[in-house]
Amino acid sequence: MNLEQFLAIQSRRDFFRSCAGGIGTIALAHLLREDGLSADVPDPMAVKKPHFPAKAKNVIFLFMEGAPSQMDLFDPKPELRRWHGKPLPPSLTKDLKLAFIKPTAAVLGSPFEFQKHGQCGMEISELLPHTATCADDICLIRSMYSEAFNHHPGQLFLFTGHMIGGRPTMGAWVTYGLGSENRDLPGFVVLTSGVGTSAGSDNFSNGFLPSTYAGTVFRNTGDPILYLSNPKGISKESQRARLDLLKELNEDHLARTGDLEISSRIHAYELAYRMQMSAPELLDFSKEPQSIKEMYGIDQETTRAFGTNCLLARRLVERGVRFVLLMHASWDHHSQIDKGLRRQCSVTDKPTAALLKDLKQRGMLDETLVVWGGEFGRTPMSELRRPDEADNAGRDHHPNGYSMWLAGGGIKGGQVVGKTDDLGLNTVEDKIHVHDLQATILHCLGLDHTKLTYRHMGRDFRLTDVGGQVVKKLLA
Amino acid sequence: MRNVWALAAGIIGGGILLCGQTSDLPAPTSRKVDFRKDVEPIFKARCIGCHGAKQQMSGLRLDARTPALAGGYSGPVIQPGKSADSLLIHRVAGMKDLKAMPPGGKRLSADEIAILRAWIDQGAKWPEETSAAVKDAPVRSDHWAFQPIRRPHVPKPADSAWVRNPIDAFILARLEKEKIKPSPEAAKRTLLRRLSLDLIGLPPTPAEMAEFLADTRADAYERQVDRLLASPHFGEKWARHWLDRARYADSDGYEKDWARPYAWRYRDWVIQAFNRDMPFDRFTIEQIAGDLLPGATVEQRIATGFHRNTLTNREGGIDNKQFRFENTADRSNTMATAWMALTTGCAQCHDHKYDPISQKEHYQLFAFFDNVEEVDIDAPLPGELGPYLASYPQYRAKREALLKEYNVPELQAAWERRMLEAAANPGKWSDWDLAWDCLLKLTEGGDGEKIIRIPNEKRTQRQRDILTDHFIRNYHFAVGQTRYKELKFKELDEKLRALKETYPQLTQAMVIEESPEPQPTFLRVRGDYKALGIEVEPGGLAVLPPIIPSNGKRATRLDLARWLVSPEHPLTSRVAVNWIWQELFGKGIVRTADDFGTRGDPPTHPELLDWLASEFMQQGWSVKRLIRTIVTSAAYRQSSAARPDLRDVDPDNRLLARQNRLRLHAELIRDSALAASGLLSTEIGGKSVYPPQPAGVAELGYGQKDSSGWKESTGRDRYRRGLYIFYKRSTPYPMLANFDAPKANVPACSRERSNTALQALNLLNDPVFFEAAAALAYVVVSAEQTFADRLRLAFERTLGRPPEPRELERFAAFLQKQQSIFEREAESVEISTAKPPSVSAREMATWVSLTSVLLNLDEFLTRE
Repeated sequence: MNLEQFLAIQSRRDFFRSCAGGIGTIALAHLLREDGLSADVPDPMAVKKPHFPAKAKNVIFLFMEGAPSQMDLFDPKPELRRWHGKPLPPSLTKDLKLAFIKPTAAVLGSPFEFQKHGQCGMEISELLPHTATCADDICLIRSMYSEAFNHHPGQLFLFTGHMIGGRPTMGAWVTYGLGSENRDLPGFVVLTSGVGTSAGSDNFSNGFLPSTYAGTVFRNTGDPILYLSNPKGISKESQRARLDLLKELNEDHLARTGDLEISSRIHAYELAYRMQMSAPELLDFSKEPQSIKEMYGIDQETTRAFGTNCLLARRLVERGVRFVLLMHASWDHHSQIDKGLRRQCSVTDKPTAALLKDLKQRGMLDETLVVWGGEFGRTPMSELRRPDEADNAGRDHHPNGYSMWLAGGGIKGGQVVGKTDDLGLNTVEDKIHVHDLQATILHCLGLDHTKLTYRHMGRDFRLTDVGGQVVKKLLA
Repeated sequence: MRNVWALAAGIIGGGILLCGQTSDLPAPTSRKVDFRKDVEPIFKARCIGCHGAKQQMSGLRLDARTPALAGGYSGPVIQPGKSADSLLIHRVAGMKDLKAMPPGGKRLSADEIAILRAWIDQGAKWPEETSAAVKDAPVRSDHWAFQPIRRPHVPKPADSAWVRNPIDAFILARLEKEKIKPSPEAAKRTLLRRLSLDLIGLPPTPAEMAEFLADTRADAYERQVDRLLASPHFGEKWARHWLDRARYADSDGYEKDWARPYAWRYRDWVIQAFNRDMPFDRFTIEQIAGDLLPGATVEQRIATGFHRNTLTNREGGIDNKQFRFENTADRSNTMATAWMALTTGCAQCHDHKYDPISQKEHYQLFAFFDNVEEVDIDAPLPGELGPYLASYPQYRAKREALLKEYNVPELQAAWERRMLEAAANPGKWSDWDLAWDCLLKLTEGGDGEKIIRIPNEKRTQRQRDILTDHFIRNYHFAVGQTRYKELKFKELDEKLRALKETYPQLTQAMVIEESPEPQPTFLRVRGDYKALGIEVEPGGLAVLPPIIPSNGKRATRLDLARWLVSPEHPLTSRVAVNWIWQELFGKGIVRTADDFGTRGDPPTHPELLDWLASEFMQQGWSVKRLIRTIVTSAAYRQSSAARPDLRDVDPDNRLLARQNRLRLHAELIRDSALAASGLLSTEIGGKSVYPPQPAGVAELGYGQKDSSGWKESTGRDRYRRGLYIFYKRSTPYPMLANFDAPKANVPACSRERSNTALQALNLLNDPVFFEAAAALAYVVVSAEQTFADRLRLAFERTLGRPPEPRELERFAAFLQKQQSIFEREAESVEISTAKPPSVSAREMATWVSLTSVLLNLDEFLTRE
């Protein structure tokens, strides 16, 4: 049979690794053809009105996977230096839930210095000199707490409001609630750097919402969007010819069956094509001035990958993409925290500050909400995997009091909200639960977290599960 | 140092408290209080709305003496003589971070609390009530789903000629009431394609189509039904639907997301069950409690793999008790959803808000699964056992020799002693603490903690091997990398793995067993696994028939399974037929397939649902017979074309005056493309496969730097059906995710059918689909010479019909256009594909682009 011949020949060819690269541009007139959409086909990504006027239109979530150490970065604890090397009294540690260490572990004073920055005098670690220059735009929360103390459940909790998988993520909820303004790009885009994350695609899953609302990964290898380039041998013109025929035939079938779902399919194919056409322009940084590229650190090896994602994030929201999730892994410093933090800060600090400044100088910060943080924090006590190697100390997971920051649309910058106790064990002022953070993020977007619901298995689900209160103190 | 001690209160209590401790409580009133005069009015005014005869939140009622003194789910709330220790007082005072009672509205005043305290301190005297008041009202519900299934009379619609079987009578009677005519029967070609996709998940071949068209016998259609029901691919198609409910996947789910190399044994059991038409009652019993059947066979034990589809977390520091609790809840909730479409999980933290399911009842169901142990067993495939036994002594000798060579027995014995010592003294040696934690999380194939606590001579050989393998792979946690490298344990591990590969091994299966030492089950207050409430026994819901313990004492999982499929059960049969109906019409008779409770949709055709449910049981729970009944109905055979006259009166097609057009589910789109192109491997069952996926997908998983975790399959395994694709929960195969395959965390009773641009890119550009187009082009250009013949064959293979004249014209124009494009872009004609020698590269390229259009057509992706 033919098939055997086909396979025999096929196996000699490197079929699967030979996708054509680059798409190039095409005459604009050609792609601006009407989609021929019948007006009554609901478009799941059409822009929807918020529940009340929004302060922010878009979100850039800088997710620092693995749990960055708050007392080395944002929450100075001089008291820890006095306790350095000594265990804490059992009365203080008896209720702590710990992953790897025991309550008797010795305290680890931060080796890093903190200084006051900006007009507001926000104390920030020497590891973040660039972020520090944005202090007056940042609203620093020092009193976050989570219910999860392991990574995968913690990430699920941060992004879906529930520790067990299967629910929609924040980006999915937001695009479900608001749609997206850009018609040529996905409404919820995911950018990654570093290594893979604990929760993988659970962090941008649509859960039980239609897959329309799943985050689309802009990839670092191969196609920027999965299957974005034409198969090898299919040129742009040839692709357009395929799509034209496809459209005609689908229209014929629409006429035969009267099923409006076919209209949606035609629309989806046209959008796919526009995505193919607009992605190269999006990813083409050649028109960005050199100063901007330098600002994001794209010219330097250390900052290139993260800086590229930050600049891309700005370009995405500039084009009306609703939610950008930028994931950087990993901050999970169980050992060698000194070295590890220096490394991650040198990778992320400069581009992060560049993003804030760039958004601000373009007048976009007012309508873009920027969120920075991980799934929980780290312990004041040290983790020593090899007791004979004291300089390898790290810190364990700690959900009871950690730091995150917000900036931009709807947020009152230049302030610190919340406090942990002198040892950083617990929050003592303005406790902010993960659900509160989620409620506040939605609030900035004009969404009432108790009204953004979806019926599934007999229940109206929401991002904040059954909790969450908007934290007014954070708001402008 | 100054404020460290002052912090303590805040750390323990946290938050803003009214009363942090008992010393903050209002003092008891000093006078003598009278229950009727002082206390009862407070209860009546402030408490019994939620804790009275009508409703007993958290199992507590305060309107009668006996139940009030007995307490609620947390245990007694009144400790006579000790008001400061009484939960009632803690709650009304909002103490210890507890939500103050009553929630919302005005709090109790200090005076009122003082009165309650005094009453308790004075002995909580409560005059005897009249006995009638105490009895809990029996739980009754008017909700349709809880009523017994009664076989309804089949109506007699006016147009009796349309009626092929009782289903049609119900459908037509309803339509006639609305003065709507049913749609005409679909064309023969459409019918066979529909039937083939619905029953076996593959499009008909041109030969099958030709045979059906030529068959003019009156029962030609029924013959096709029987052919397809007998096909071994039937089991594949219907297993996939059930696997959605079973939240089946091939990996752990959390973080490291380890592969489950033998999960497929359960998947294959399901395929075989459908192929053999295992009666649904037996299908139920074996999955829920196959291990408890007398003389349970290996196959029956494999069926319990249903309960092994729960997620596993191997992160360091995970509290195994918490995950055991979550898995047990998942097992109980999944059972309730998959068989009863009840959301009992909503009652994990509190009584169900809408349905008659109390929190206590949730934990009664939970109790059936609370003593489940996960075990992996030898489950040899046919032909495995003989060679294994013959070569085993030699394998064993070689393994032991290797272990000795690397001094394992001695080192391991010392390691075990030290590990147990570390476990008894947590915090003393941080390296051994970590090693101990890794034993709890990272032991492969068994429970490391359990094994290490069994004296070596009492362990089974399997247990010894599991522990030794763990020791060799993880000794570095205890002694550090330097020492580990000196010992060359990595090399030893590789040698042992290689040795294992050279000798025949038995295929394993993941199953469950009942623990030999059952532990009592406790209700968990507010659903918190640490907060033990009252003890509960395994049991059902008061609103449903009782579960009778077969041993007269304590009901078992087997009793639960038999109860589910007892003829009195009002839900199981209804839920099952609704599920099967849904897969044949797109939507169930109850559209909320996962919720038959009061918040779900009522059935569109309640009597039809009951007729089907009763027929299903009468026909011995035969799934094939039920499907046959449905697909031979006139209702099923209607055209799916939209009808302008129905657009306003029945836009959602609830009345079924036509069939529905359904976009194929993810796996079937792949299967159809591979089948049309001839690439499909029709092998049934076996290990899951790894078809090619783009670089960068696997890397999204935990700590992944490259795609080495996805070991691409070779040969025909690249072309296996979609249901055999290895489902890695944290980074699922992109095509499955794009087309709404469920996430396999919780049961999925119905799938979404979204329609997105990423799907379009997937089908247009994914090398897998383009290769299918290339293979299809190869087939048609080899088989036929003229354009018209080639196009007709391509149409037959993809759409099951010849092209219409207009389509012929469109394709001819397209071919010309593509040819001229390829002429101009001579360099781009390198479509990387095989071609028969008789055809030029350019011609081949144009045909590939043509067939790829066919594989993208809405009609191709749709069951008409």
